[in-house]
Amino acid sequence: MDVASEHSTDHDAHHGPAKGFTRWVYTTNHKDIGTMYLWLAFAMFLIGGSMAMVIRAELFQPGLQLVQPGFFNQMTTMHGLIMVFGAVMPAFVGLANWLIPMMIGAPDMALPRMNNLSFWILPFAFGLLLLTLFMDGGGPNFGWTFYAPLSTQYAPPSVTFFIFSIHLMGLSSIMGAINVIATIINMRAPGMTLMKMPLFVWTWLITAFLLLAAMPVLAGVVTMMLMDINFGTSYFSAAGGGDPVLFQHLFWFFGHPEVYIMILPAFGIISHIVPAFSRKRLFGYSSMVYATASIAILSFMVWAHHMFTVGLPLAGELFFMYATMMIAVPTGVKVFNWISTMFRGSLTLETPMLFAIAFIVLFTIGGFSGLMLAISPADFQYQDTYFVVAHFHYVLVPGAIFSIIAAAYFWLPKWCGRMYDEKLGKIHFWWSFVGLNLTFFPMHFVGLAGMPRRIPDYALQFADFNMISSIGAFIFGTAQLFFLYIVVKCILTGEKAPACPWEGAEGLEWTLPSPAPYHSFTVPPKFED
Amino acid sequence: MNHQHYYVPEQSHWPIVAAFALFFLAAGTAHTIIHGQPLLLIIGLGAIAYLFVGWFGEVIRENQAGLLDNDQVDRSFRLGMGWFIFSEVMFFAAFFGALFYIRHFSVPWLAGEGAKGISHMLWPAFEASWPVMSPPDSARFPGPEETVDPWHLPFINTLLLVSSSITLTIAHHALKKGHRAVVIAWMFVTVALGVSFLVVQGYEYHEAYTQMGLTLHAGVYGATFFILTGFHGMHVTLGTIILIVMLSRILRGHFSARRHFGFEASAWYWHFVDVVWLGLFIFVYVL
Repeated sequence: MDVASEHSTDHDAHHGPAKGFTRWVYTTNHKDIGTMYLWLAFAMFLIGGSMAMVIRAELFQPGLQLVQPGFFNQMTTMHGLIMVFGAVMPAFVGLANWLIPMMIGAPDMALPRMNNLSFWILPFAFGLLLLTLFMDGGGPNFGWTFYAPLSTQYAPPSVTFFIFSIHLMGLSSIMGAINVIATIINMRAPGMTLMKMPLFVWTWLITAFLLLAAMPVLAGVVTMMLMDINFGTSYFSAAGGGDPVLFQHLFWFFGHPEVYIMILPAFGIISHIVPAFSRKRLFGYSSMVYATASIAILSFMVWAHHMFTVGLPLAGELFFMYATMMIAVPTGVKVFNWISTMFRGSLTLETPMLFAIAFIVLFTIGGFSGLMLAISPADFQYQDTYFVVAHFHYVLVPGAIFSIIAAAYFWLPKWCGRMYDEKLGKIHFWWSFVGLNLTFFPMHFVGLAGMPRRIPDYALQFADFNMISSIGAFIFGTAQLFFLYIVVKCILTGEKAPACPWEGAEGLEWTLPSPAPYHSFTVPPKFED
Repeated sequence: MNHQHYYVPEQSHWPIVAAFALFFLAAGTAHTIIHGQPLLLIIGLGAIAYLFVGWFGEVIRENQAGLLDNDQVDRSFRLGMGWFIFSEVMFFAAFFGALFYIRHFSVPWLAGEGAKGISHMLWPAFEASWPVMSPPDSARFPGPEETVDPWHLPFINTLLLVSSSITLTIAHHALKKGHRAVVIAWMFVTVALGVSFLVVQGYEYHEAYTQMGLTLHAGVYGATFFILTGFHGMHVTLGTIILIVMLSRILRGHFSARRHFGFEASAWYWHFVDVVWLGLFIFVYVL
């Protein structure tokens, strides 16, 4: 080692966080960046959540009650966009930032300045997206999937700003994914071979590949929209020889891997929490890795199952139907592995474990309704009904969101050095659990009975179930304000946490003191399996 | 190797400058398109230029100070650049995919062929051909009168770009052997070839617009033609700028025969742009 780098490491080792706001704005520290990601995600969760509250308030009773249909459309659109791009994805990136370097024994992420850039793009991107709500003609109102020609020929002028905010988010995701890959491939502690990596690291590595393959396609498709809207091209207009269905193919080529981008890291989290509270090693580690990889590969071969009713050739319908059903196999492997991990374990039901068990049960319900939707002929009945809404909310709320909440409870002691209030955590769990099932379970019924999604009014026979859904939504929404209270209380006045507050938890991150020092592993730790 | 310490940079103001610059660039472009006022965009472009000079300048200074002379840091850069290029491949894959879909599925269907030929009822007079010379609604999208002959300007461009990849590789080999004068000479040639490519393409676009009626409005052929060649042209422009920066760094004696990843990354990028061109030449121009 030469003199210059000796000097720099000495310097690194001694400085703690900078004071004041420059600590956050100029930071290159993975923990600071992770914290900012998590708070941004939570803020977006509340904003997107309040949009959901507007939707549910409007749907509380049939007839137009509170908002104009145009505004209702903007709410459904923005709720989806903000929850997908603003809440779930940044939350997982925040967790990756906090956890991956600690789990693999690295000093930081591989490319720390770019890491900070990928965070700081996001407040600008979401600022721009939210600003569109105040522009002439209102914000995006064409659904979060922004199908052409609704989003091209019939869109409000603000769609151009929407396109550029999507570009910014994509840029941030791509840089984040590159950083994750470089970190995991290059920064592991000596002895940590690939097949000894913690599963959260594995699932994030695969997620990062999905991001790198999917986000550029999204950038491409919104660029084509931009050109159709402003420069007279005809990619999505049959009048010029293009095809609106092309939009859907390109969008879902991004969109389906995106679904797995939002669930694979959740699988990783659950694979940490279930063994910890079962006091057993994870059952079937290597099959978990292979199942994750299989899901990732399959996710690029199933996109047209979102488009069964658009007019695909029969061969396409069949191919995408069977390919989609195949995803149930690796997913089933995972679910059975978690259950086998719990089997004959000494289980305790602390808050993270409650959320994890709820994840396994409710995500499986979402998976089963997914199988129903995968059956192409049946999908002709379900397409664009509340059954679809019920399906993907069962996958995303008790799936992605519950796993993020579980991760927050599980690693909060490591992050801030204090324990949350276990009793309040359990109340939060049951409050959320009841709220979410009340909200989304009745949607299966109204959907099967034919209630269309994205419409501010509905036929009278759907009134009772919709009222139950709305009440459930308000219950679930307030539960998340309670979560905010629990987290703030923990940070400010929680009991001091030991290095490893969980009896059964394993992994390098628990060998560090709580809270984890500003620079975790300046020298790589010895990793012994 | 494992005992070296990884270089974690100090706090830096460049990321937040970059976030501002990108915001102005994005919002400014949208604002220019909608309201026709380029002020925000100009601020954005200025900020981007300031950012590139400033941030990359800082990395170059760190590099000259030996802070980045570390195998592990070097691998991070390699992984970063490699996967960035992968994301670029996927970006172009979207447009190539669109081209294939339009050519092989949607245009034939629109003309009544194949599994979804029922859409022929929209424009019963439409006949399939590639390139689509008369789009279904020719009043809104007047088709091109003729298309670019691949064996004139595009073929010249193929020669230019392929030879530039070769000259760049010669320069790289010379750099590894420490023959500075040879490196500089071949880098000049490479940059000149890149610039010539852009000049020829500019001329081709000019002819397409003024003489062939091949425009963005000319229906789906023009649309796919310009998005593929246009984004490629932007990448060549960026690549040429990168090579000019590399040349000026070589002139200042920046790279050593052992460590010159900045140069290698630029070369990877240039070869990638070259490969995309070969795809374009075959699928957009020839076939």
